[in-house]
Amino acid sequence: MSERSKLLAGLGLLIVLVAGGLGYIFTRPAWTDAELVTLKTLWIGSLPPLEPDPSNQYGDDPAAVEFGKQLFFDTRFSSNGEVACGTCHLPEKGFQDGLPLAQGVGTTNRRAMPIAGTAYSPWMFWDGRKDSQWAQALGPLESAVEHGGSRTFYAHLIAEHYRAEYEAVFGELPDLSDRSRFPEVAGPVADESARAAWEAMSPADRETVNQIYANMGKAIAAYERQIMPTASRFDVYVQAALENDTQTMNATLTDEEVEGLRLFIGPANCTRCHNGPLFTDNSFHNTGVPAVESLPEDTGRAQGAQGVLADEFNCLSPYSDAEPKECAELNFMVAEGEELERAFKAPSLRNVTSRAPFMHAGQFTTLQTVLNHYNSAPASLAGHNELEPLNLNETQLNAIVAFLHTLNSEIAAP
Amino acid sequence: MQNKTLKTILIIALTAVITVIAFILLMPVLGPRFMHPLMAGRMESMHGGSSAPSGLDYATERSTDNGAFQVSYASEDAIAINQIHTWTLHVETADGQPVENATITVDGGMPQHGHGLPTAPQVTEYLGDGDYLVEGMKFQMGGWWEVKFNITASDVTDTITFNLNLEG
Repeated sequence: MSERSKLLAGLGLLIVLVAGGLGYIFTRPAWTDAELVTLKTLWIGSLPPLEPDPSNQYGDDPAAVEFGKQLFFDTRFSSNGEVACGTCHLPEKGFQDGLPLAQGVGTTNRRAMPIAGTAYSPWMFWDGRKDSQWAQALGPLESAVEHGGSRTFYAHLIAEHYRAEYEAVFGELPDLSDRSRFPEVAGPVADESARAAWEAMSPADRETVNQIYANMGKAIAAYERQIMPTASRFDVYVQAALENDTQTMNATLTDEEVEGLRLFIGPANCTRCHNGPLFTDNSFHNTGVPAVESLPEDTGRAQGAQGVLADEFNCLSPYSDAEPKECAELNFMVAEGEELERAFKAPSLRNVTSRAPFMHAGQFTTLQTVLNHYNSAPASLAGHNELEPLNLNETQLNAIVAFLHTLNSEIAAP
Repeated sequence: MQNKTLKTILIIALTAVITVIAFILLMPVLGPRFMHPLMAGRMESMHGGSSAPSGLDYATERSTDNGAFQVSYASEDAIAINQIHTWTLHVETADGQPVENATITVDGGMPQHGHGLPTAPQVTEYLGDGDYLVEGMKFQMGGWWEVKFNITASDVTDTITFNLNLEG
C-alpha cells in the first residue's frame, strides 16, 4: 500500500469516526429518563378529566353554565352598578386585571387571581379561605370594596331579572316580594344598617336568602369550571420529547427556552411548588415575599385556614351538596402552625408572563424581579421562607423567563 | 521524509480543526452543563439536590423502631402528586397477631426541604383484622418523603417511619 493510500485510509477513518460520534450525539435524547418523567407530569396531556364538584350538583348543568356566565358579567350586581366578576377577571386579560390591587367599588388589599384551571384547586383565594369556586364567588359580592352589595339585594335582582334562568336550574324561586321580611339591602356585611336589617330577619327568611345566594355562586362556578388553559408551545415540545421527535422539539423551543426548562425542573427548584400540568400544587408557601407598607398586616394562610373552617358556605355547610366524607381536603387540612404564617397560594404559571404585576399584592412588576427574589431568597418578615438562595447567574435567570413564555396559550371559556 | 512530516502535521491539524468544529457544533446540544461539569455538580449538592440519600429503606412492610409491631401500608390507588387519598395501615404484633384497638397518629414531611405534610391525615376507622383506615394522605411534590406513625396498643408505644420516593 502506498503512502498516499495509507493517508487517505487514515483520513477516511477519521471522518467516519467523527461523523459517527456527531451522529450519536445529535440523535441521543436531550433529556434523561427521570427528566422525561418530570416533563410528562407538567404536560397538559397529564391533566386528568375534571371530576364533578361534589359540593355543587349543578356544576356541569349547561343551563347553569349559561346563567352563571350572565351573572359573571352583569354589573347590576354591585352597589354602584359598575362592578361585575368580569371587571377584575377580564377574559381578554386571561381573567385577571393586570393591577397590583383589585379595584371594585373600592380597592382591595390583594391582587385579583386568575381563574383558568382553578376548578382543580381545593382552595380559593391567596389564603385559601374558601374551598370551592361557588363559595369563592360569594366572597367578593359582599365585600365592601369589591361588589359592595348584600345578599337580599342580589336575591331581589335575581327575582327581577333572572327568574326564568334561576328556576330552570334550581326550581321555584321563593316569593321575596314582602319587603318587610326581605329588605332591599340586608346581609352579614360591613355596612351597619345592612347588617342590622339582616339580623332583624327571621332565621327561616335568612335561610331562604342564603339558599338563593349559594345557588348564585353555584351558577357562577358552573361557568368558571370550564375556564381552562389550552396546549402551549411547551406542551407541543413535551409531546414531541415523549415521542422522541427531535425535529419538532427543535422547531418548537429555542435553545435558551430549553435551557430555562432544564433549570426550572432542576437546580432552580421551581417544581417544588409549581408542579403538575397546571404548574401549581395549589398549596400555600412562604417565599419571603415582602409586605406592602400601606396595607394592613397579612398573615396569609394562617388567617385563611381559620376563615375556611368558619365559612358558612364551606364543603361541610348545609348549602354544600357534598356528603361530609367527600370534604376530605377540609376534614384533613392543616389548620395551624408556623408553616402557614405568610404562606400564600402558588398560582398556576400557565400564561404567567401576561400577568404582571406579580405576587399576592402585585409587589413585583417584572418576572426578572420575581426571579431575582427567588434567587436571593431573603428572610421572611414573619414565619419561615421555604426557599434557599439559588445563586444562578443572569443568563440562567433570563433563560427561565424565556421558558416561562412558552407556557402561554389561549384560555378556553364557555 | 520531509513529505511524510508534512503529512503528519496535516493530519494533526485536520484532526484539531475537526475536533474544534465538532465541539462548537455540539455546544447547543449539550448545553453549558457540559462545559462546566464541576459547576453543575456543585450546584446539585448546594441545593440539597433532588435526589434522596442512598441506602434508604423504601419497604412498605417494616418492623417498628423498637420491634413491638410489624406494620405495612397500602395506598388505595397509585400515589399521585397533589391528590388527597387514603391508605390502609396493617398492624401486627411481632409474632404476627393482628393488633386491635390501637391508637395511631400520623406525621411526616420532606426532611430535605424542612416541611411537613400538606395535610393532617388521621386514622379514622378500624377495619378489622389489624387494618386501620388512614384518611387525608397527600404529597404535593415528587422526591423523598417520610411518613411516620406513632402506634400505641396494650400500653406499648412504638414508632415507625416509612420512606417514599415519589416521581414528579
